[in-house]
Amino acid sequence: MAARFIKKIVPASRAGVAQYSTGVRKVTLIPGHGIGPEITVAVQKIFEAAKVPIEWDEVDVTAVRGPDGKFGIPQRAIDSVNENKIGLKGPLMTPVGKGYRSLNLALRKEFDLYANVRPCKSLDGIKTLYDNVDVVTIRENTEGEYSGIEHEIVDGVVQSIKLITEEASKRVAEFAFQFAKDNKRKKVTAVHKANIMRMSDGLFLRCCREMATKYPDIKFEERYLDTVCLNMVQDPSKFDVLVMPNLYGDIMSDMCSGLVGGLGLTPSGNIGKNGALFESVHGTAPAIAGQDKANPTALLLSGVMMLRYMRLLEQADKIENACFTVLKEGRVLTEDLGGNSTCSAFTEDIIKNLA
Amino acid sequence: MSLITRNVFRTLIQGSQHVSKGLHTTAVNPDKNVCFAPQSISTLQASKEGHIKCTLIPGDGVGPELVYSVQEVFKAANIPVDFESFFFSEVNPTLSAPLEDVVNSIANNKICIKGILATPDFSHTGELQTLNMKLRNALDLYANVVHVKSLPNVNCRHKDVDCIIIREQTEGEYSALEHESVPGVVECLKIITAAKSERIAKFAFDYAVKMGRKKVTAVHKANIMKLGDGLFLRSCEEIAKLYPRIQFEKMIVDNCTMQMVSNPNQFDVMLTPNLYGNIVDNLASGLVGGAGVVAGASYSAECAVFEQGARHIFSGAVGKNIANPTAMLLCSANLLTHVNLHSYSKMIKGAINKVLTDGKVRTKDLGGQSTTKAFTNAVIHCLI
Repeated sequence: MAARFIKKIVPASRAGVAQYSTGVRKVTLIPGHGIGPEITVAVQKIFEAAKVPIEWDEVDVTAVRGPDGKFGIPQRAIDSVNENKIGLKGPLMTPVGKGYRSLNLALRKEFDLYANVRPCKSLDGIKTLYDNVDVVTIRENTEGEYSGIEHEIVDGVVQSIKLITEEASKRVAEFAFQFAKDNKRKKVTAVHKANIMRMSDGLFLRCCREMATKYPDIKFEERYLDTVCLNMVQDPSKFDVLVMPNLYGDIMSDMCSGLVGGLGLTPSGNIGKNGALFESVHGTAPAIAGQDKANPTALLLSGVMMLRYMRLLEQADKIENACFTVLKEGRVLTEDLGGNSTCSAFTEDIIKNLA
Repeated sequence: MSLITRNVFRTLIQGSQHVSKGLHTTAVNPDKNVCFAPQSISTLQASKEGHIKCTLIPGDGVGPELVYSVQEVFKAANIPVDFESFFFSEVNPTLSAPLEDVVNSIANNKICIKGILATPDFSHTGELQTLNMKLRNALDLYANVVHVKSLPNVNCRHKDVDCIIIREQTEGEYSALEHESVPGVVECLKIITAAKSERIAKFAFDYAVKMGRKKVTAVHKANIMKLGDGLFLRSCEEIAKLYPRIQFEKMIVDNCTMQMVSNPNQFDVMLTPNLYGNIVDNLASGLVGGAGVVAGASYSAECAVFEQGARHIFSGAVGKNIANPTAMLLCSANLLTHVNLHSYSKMIKGAINKVLTDGKVRTKDLGGQSTTKAFTNAVIHCLI
């Protein structure tokens, strides 16, 4: 059942860019930092065992100082993604408050990955306080609060600019409605705070309303961010597809992951005009890095999302089913899920179930 | 019979109240820096002999119904508080009392109980500031405190939640500074200042000390908004150094919401800028039973405004007599504590607890069928 669900994640109409001729395809692989390399190896092993026709093009995105003196993504990584148009990425570390620009942010900007899609669905075998969660958060990924435009006007007074444009708002609204339509979802909820930010969120809301008129089959509703937060923890079944600006999306998507068992279990896809980047959104977990304790599920499921985007449906189903079986049986689980197995044991068990 | 007993009790309580009041009048004014210290009675406006004057704003939506419930309880308990009522509303500007009057009244009375004000997406005058913001700015109500606590016999997924959320509410995203640079491109400014960040941090740590709490968690997004939230975070760190006995912790807002829904018991006092506070307030309220059961308050250095912790006008329930007055009654009890009428406050809190524990009278949001009126009456019956 969950297999069917993830199948829906990538709308068919948007997968055009990925439809290459048959044969082995190249995919950019960004292992990332911390536990990234371990879980990437796990995913590579499983993909190999499932005979997925993919050739990995591994790149490092650790910031390098460019000719302009600023830190940025190495050119080689940019070239690789531009050429392959598709990538899988582990967690990246961003130092807090030290003048570095977040690498995640830079990647999003570079490839114009405007929509972040995060499906959160209750999984069998993962016990949480919330059952029957089935929401998809769609987040505008390029502007809003994360515009990165900030300055200290006088000592001790900082202004950060939240940028909302009609173009980006329309684009993500359209994506959300198209997504809902393609995946036979019933309702799209625009999450906003237009009562406080009347112009900026007001603009976003207007774009959503406009788009809603073009999709009469899909129910549209508007909710304040605070109301959604309140209702989500009381009754998550009230919501279906959520579309929102950047910061709200960031917060809501993580919160929804919390409802179904955490970031270690939820896949994520960034869809853009020039390609798509699938990633695990959990942290780099430096505390357990290199100890074979990490849980590769999120990255694996993101990989499954990627396979569906590439129309490799058969392999996607196979891997996903194997993963869900292992989680459901609950014999071989990593520590974060209450088990005591290692990452490699978990990986082996999934491979065994690939049949 | 029981009625007589209650009345006798009440007289006794009132007597003791007057004594305690006398004590407070003579007491030396407490340290001015500790702004949430209860106002000593001498500074409060007294109307009738020994009565305290309190500004009352019924608000929009179900606000008036809930406020009425508070008034009923106050009447029944013979509480020496006189209300100075103002119709104040943004959605009904023609009938609304002028801002200055309301501000003057609160500034004079130092205390106010307030229903929720609706904030429409568009204002009639094209203004960007909402009435709520104007009121907060005029009175400099910078600190919003919401104590989220699991109530007895309210069925929720999470048990024993007990955290205090302290939110800066005069700057940040709620600056109302927005402009359309070119058509289709809107800029919205979020302002963070060191002065206000330090002020709220100090408030939070002082509050933690006063309430005997152990840990303060600063909620931020400094990994993305490096300057703005970075400044907030640095200010918190600076202040934290002054309170070595209180543990200080930082948490990124998205992680915080995730932790909140999976393990809310880890939180003690939370310290947030404006918007994140709004999110965390509502989220936490949802964990313990919803907007109808969580009380909050906003403080300036001088006054205190008591209002619900999660601000929803609940417009779908207007006039249906189904809203839950628990939050508003808890607000009123907190207000009584604030003005040193402790016995009355305990009486109301005790009554609410008893009604909830008995579980016979439940409003719709808690899975019952009882009306607002019935719940209020049940509380009145349990007053001792």
